[in-house]
Amino acid sequence: MTSTLRPTAEPLAPSSAAPGTPTVELAPEKSKRIALLRVLGPGHVWALGVGIVLVGEFMGWNFAVGKGGPVAALAACWLAGILYTCVAMIDSEITSTVAAAGGQYAQAKHIIGPLAAFNVGLYLVMAYTMLEVSNAIVTGDLIEAFAHSLHLEGTVDKRAFMVLTVVALAFLNYRGVLATLTLNLVITSAAFAAIVVLFLAAQPWAPGAVLQHEGLLVGLPYGSLGILAAMHFGLWFYLGIEGTTQAAEEVRSPARALPLGTMTGMMTLLIAATLTWYVSTGLMPWEYLGQAVTPLYDAARLTGSRWLELFLFLGTLFATVASANGCINDASRAWFAMGRDRYMPVWFGAVHPTYRTPYRAIVFFVPIAILFAVSTPLDQTITLSILSGLLGYTLMAISIVLFRRKWPLGTIQRGYVHPLHPLPAILLLVLCTVTYLAVYLGYGTQLLAMMAFYITASAWFVLHRYKYVRRGDQFTMPWPKPRGY
Amino acid sequence: MDAPTPPGRQPYRPPVQSVAGQVVDAVLMLVLVVITLYLPLLLKLAGGGTTKTEFPNPTWDSLGQNATMAAQWEKLEFTPEKAAAIIGTRFDYAFNWGAVALTALVIVGYFVFLFVYSDRQYREVIAERFDGTPPT
Repeated sequence: MTSTLRPTAEPLAPSSAAPGTPTVELAPEKSKRIALLRVLGPGHVWALGVGIVLVGEFMGWNFAVGKGGPVAALAACWLAGILYTCVAMIDSEITSTVAAAGGQYAQAKHIIGPLAAFNVGLYLVMAYTMLEVSNAIVTGDLIEAFAHSLHLEGTVDKRAFMVLTVVALAFLNYRGVLATLTLNLVITSAAFAAIVVLFLAAQPWAPGAVLQHEGLLVGLPYGSLGILAAMHFGLWFYLGIEGTTQAAEEVRSPARALPLGTMTGMMTLLIAATLTWYVSTGLMPWEYLGQAVTPLYDAARLTGSRWLELFLFLGTLFATVASANGCINDASRAWFAMGRDRYMPVWFGAVHPTYRTPYRAIVFFVPIAILFAVSTPLDQTITLSILSGLLGYTLMAISIVLFRRKWPLGTIQRGYVHPLHPLPAILLLVLCTVTYLAVYLGYGTQLLAMMAFYITASAWFVLHRYKYVRRGDQFTMPWPKPRGY
Repeated sequence: MDAPTPPGRQPYRPPVQSVAGQVVDAVLMLVLVVITLYLPLLLKLAGGGTTKTEFPNPTWDSLGQNATMAAQWEKLEFTPEKAAAIIGTRFDYAFNWGAVALTALVIVGYFVFLFVYSDRQYREVIAERFDGTPPT
């Protein structure tokens, strides 16, 4: 249950030249290397993707209501759904073909080049670490709110629970991936069930009985600009679904399991997002909903049912724990892959001798996660996570165009070919541009701070770090030479 | 196993980084995160740009809340005085086109540099992987 890495002679990816492909120069494969164990199935992939993201239904998405009102948040929910459908389509094609640990990082390395890969690795690490931080913040706030609701004597220091969440999950990940992802499968299913039960308990078939849309739903308090602004937090409904690709090297059948897990994950999230919006806007005034830390738990409290409150307390707790767990898994694997390739100190590329996990990468980000969790507001850690994700999606839109140009269909075997190319890429690029503008509205300085981070890190990589990188090792797929090179 | 290298042509051999150098690099990344991302938040230089409206002696009516809204606020254990701070805080979407243009320039410039420089590095990678040596 704990073993994840072992020496193996098997190739990293299922791809090879398609039958009938002309014989061309192929990149030589490595004969022996330390590789991750292939133990995960489609269910784990679904749990990894949805487990990270489902927490977005329990908290964070509602800041979209604060930025534009409830109607704007619904528009943002569906626009973001389109954006992520494009992400899932593009990602499924690339990942099922470049199935290597690090997901988008490994893909950028093979398709765009080292500097882009370095940045993508950082996007992943920052997006998942800040998501983990957000989860820890919500866990602390949730326990504090629940203790208050139970009228317990004394005070609860929520920061203690934030620290405990980060440390305990880092320890679980340190011990092994299969155990943690199997746990994710269980708690993600329970969290999804909590959303469905809340929806049914709110009696959507009897408007006015529990849900009060008629009295609570307002129009567009910020006008149409609010729809644009709400897109910023609309991404939170789905952010992280692309995390399914992080475990590509550990999936038994990447060509089947990755697209299947990612697409079913998107469908699950679209349903959950709509249910969440409907229930929450029918129970809370938009001004309250727009700043609530635990909106679904609050929605359960407003139904007046104690058992439902308890269930949503557990559901929110499960969702945050599952998400933080998946985030540590994904962030550490991206950092591990960067260490292995020397984009970061090679010390991070080490595997634990007993548990065979990237333990140094796991431990490295614990202090940063704790620092942000105990001292920064939730909307801002969420924004940092969203911005890193957004930069990655922008790159992804261009990446698929380059991928199809360098290796046209038929030149290499793809696990999945997404339809309507290049429409999803163009749509993704347009929606990303809209989202940058949305983030700028209200969070412009944070956008510039994030850009300062990536620009400085890029300069550091170009001027210093790249000299430690073995050039030829950056291309490991058994593919023909890319066209135009 | 390394890529086959034609006789007389050597692939790039990177220097070995010392342990101290690795520690410095790792610490540098942490410092970069703290300076660029954490300090602006700590010093309140980044984050939600908002305006605040004061409501002296607020009532649910003066806060623009109807009977349904007021009932829900009360179930959430809010009084008009307590809710006024939340209701009176709004995002400031005042547009400064100069700042928008500067932000756009930073983002576009970043991506242009990223793709141009990555492509230069990618050519080295492909040349070494397939031809045995980077281009001169």
